[in-house]
Amino acid sequence: MTTNETVITTKDVRLYYGEHEALHGINLDFQKSQITALIGPSGCGKSTYLRCLNRMNDLIHDVTITGSFKIDGHDIYRPQQDVVSLRKKVGMVFQQPNPFPFSVYDNVAYGLRVQGIKDKKIISQKVEESLKQAAVWDEVKDDLTKNALSFSGGQQQRICIARLLAVKPDVILLDEPTSALDPISSAKIEEMLLQIKDQYTIIIVTHSMQQASRISDKTAFMLNGDLVEYGDTKKIFLNPEQEATSDYLNGKFG
Amino acid sequence: MKNSVNKKAEHANQIALLIIKAMVGVVVLILMALLGYILITGIPNVSWHFLTSPSKDFGAGGGIVNELFNSVYILIITLVISCPLALGAGIYLAEFAKPSFLTNTMRTTIEVLSSLPSIVIGLFGYLVLVIKFQFDFSIISGAFALMFVNIPLLTRNTEESLKAVSHSQREAGWALGLSKWRTILKIILPAAVPGLVTGIILSAGRIFGEAAALIFTAGQSTPVISYANWNPFSSTSFLNPMRPTETLAVHIWKLNTDGITPDATQISSGASAVLIIVILSIILLSRFLGNYLYKKMSGTK
Repeated sequence: MTTNETVITTKDVRLYYGEHEALHGINLDFQKSQITALIGPSGCGKSTYLRCLNRMNDLIHDVTITGSFKIDGHDIYRPQQDVVSLRKKVGMVFQQPNPFPFSVYDNVAYGLRVQGIKDKKIISQKVEESLKQAAVWDEVKDDLTKNALSFSGGQQQRICIARLLAVKPDVILLDEPTSALDPISSAKIEEMLLQIKDQYTIIIVTHSMQQASRISDKTAFMLNGDLVEYGDTKKIFLNPEQEATSDYLNGKFG
Repeated sequence: MKNSVNKKAEHANQIALLIIKAMVGVVVLILMALLGYILITGIPNVSWHFLTSPSKDFGAGGGIVNELFNSVYILIITLVISCPLALGAGIYLAEFAKPSFLTNTMRTTIEVLSSLPSIVIGLFGYLVLVIKFQFDFSIISGAFALMFVNIPLLTRNTEESLKAVSHSQREAGWALGLSKWRTILKIILPAAVPGLVTGIILSAGRIFGEAAALIFTAGQSTPVISYANWNPFSSTSFLNPMRPTETLAVHIWKLNTDGITPDATQISSGASAVLIIVILSIILLSRFLGNYLYKKMSGTK
């Protein structure tokens, strides 16, 4: 495998809810064209860490974050960082599919319109492109004016991914994107992620070890707010260095 | 043994159900009797002539056209004033207010205001609007008084409708790079529209039937007005907001306290029937519109 450029560098990430320290100094780097999986038992801080990368934690009351976060060499927590442009660059997919209560077309076009694109031709071209990329085009192409909420959960989730892809992010954060979906829908999303990964830096939080082993290039195992082990997925799954990692992977706890 | 316990539980269940059903029956019966009485005694007095001719101070054969128009007009002005204010306050409470002494005080104030007797609001309006601000007995004074009746209800409704929109919708907006304000404006508000519309229409029903808050603010009589005069600054125009006005509900009250026309009773019961029918239609409309919008927004249609 060729070495990929490092897009995201984080050092000594600590996060506090009030006085309570929830992340105890995490160092993680992420490379372009790779899928990195964050695994670990519930409450270990993997979602919390993920949400630092697009500053979603800013919106939570009484949260303090320290450490360094660099995306393409820029500190994303520097005072002059525009959060809005950061979130355009670093998109996020959530556990529960959350399409807006509008038509499929309007959902995907939303981010484009927010960016000020008015040309209808460009918008509809990008909508089609994104829905194709998100592998949901064939299922919705005849119902683009239908309310996005009337589709199945799996379709909704892929519509949300299309909505995200339309604004051309560099980084895609996925917070347990398939845990509310059936296996077939999950498989479709996994396949789709593998197809698009060349163009993006993808970080996925997942509770499914199988999912992590199937799609990720690298895996980070977290436990109680600490990063226990980080490395190539094959190595982590076949030959983990830490006992805690192997215990978790073998289902001894979690 | 087990069987007898089951039987006992089943018995208790049945008795409780029976009592609850009886209570519901009593409530429904009282309401139906009231409604039925008003409609049965009122409707025979309602005719096209009744709905389209002005009321008379002396002599029989007066109608309610001015009162009906006044009620609708004052309702529209009240909603125009109170909706933006309540929307703003509701958005603040639902989306921005952090739990603090100030926001708690705000909520308590709104609750107190919503349970304030409307006659108190009427007298307050009389002192402040009619006397102090010298608005006199006018549609504007009445509309401001009604605003005080309306704002607490609408603010609460706005807050609750917004809070009912799932948090994941907000996250979706933020994650797309929308600012907090834009997320509220473009995503949360549209998603809350069914609840907001239902609330506004229901409050309209309440306002339409309000009398006590208007007696000392909007006045108890209507000057001679012309429906052909569209200049709102002319004193004989039906649109002039500074003219005194008598709404339908006030008219009913007035007929029953010092009505001197020989057919005061008939007119009063006819007017009551019209009032009830309008309010019923408002409620049905809000149900229908709320359901329709909800279906449209949630994709079940």
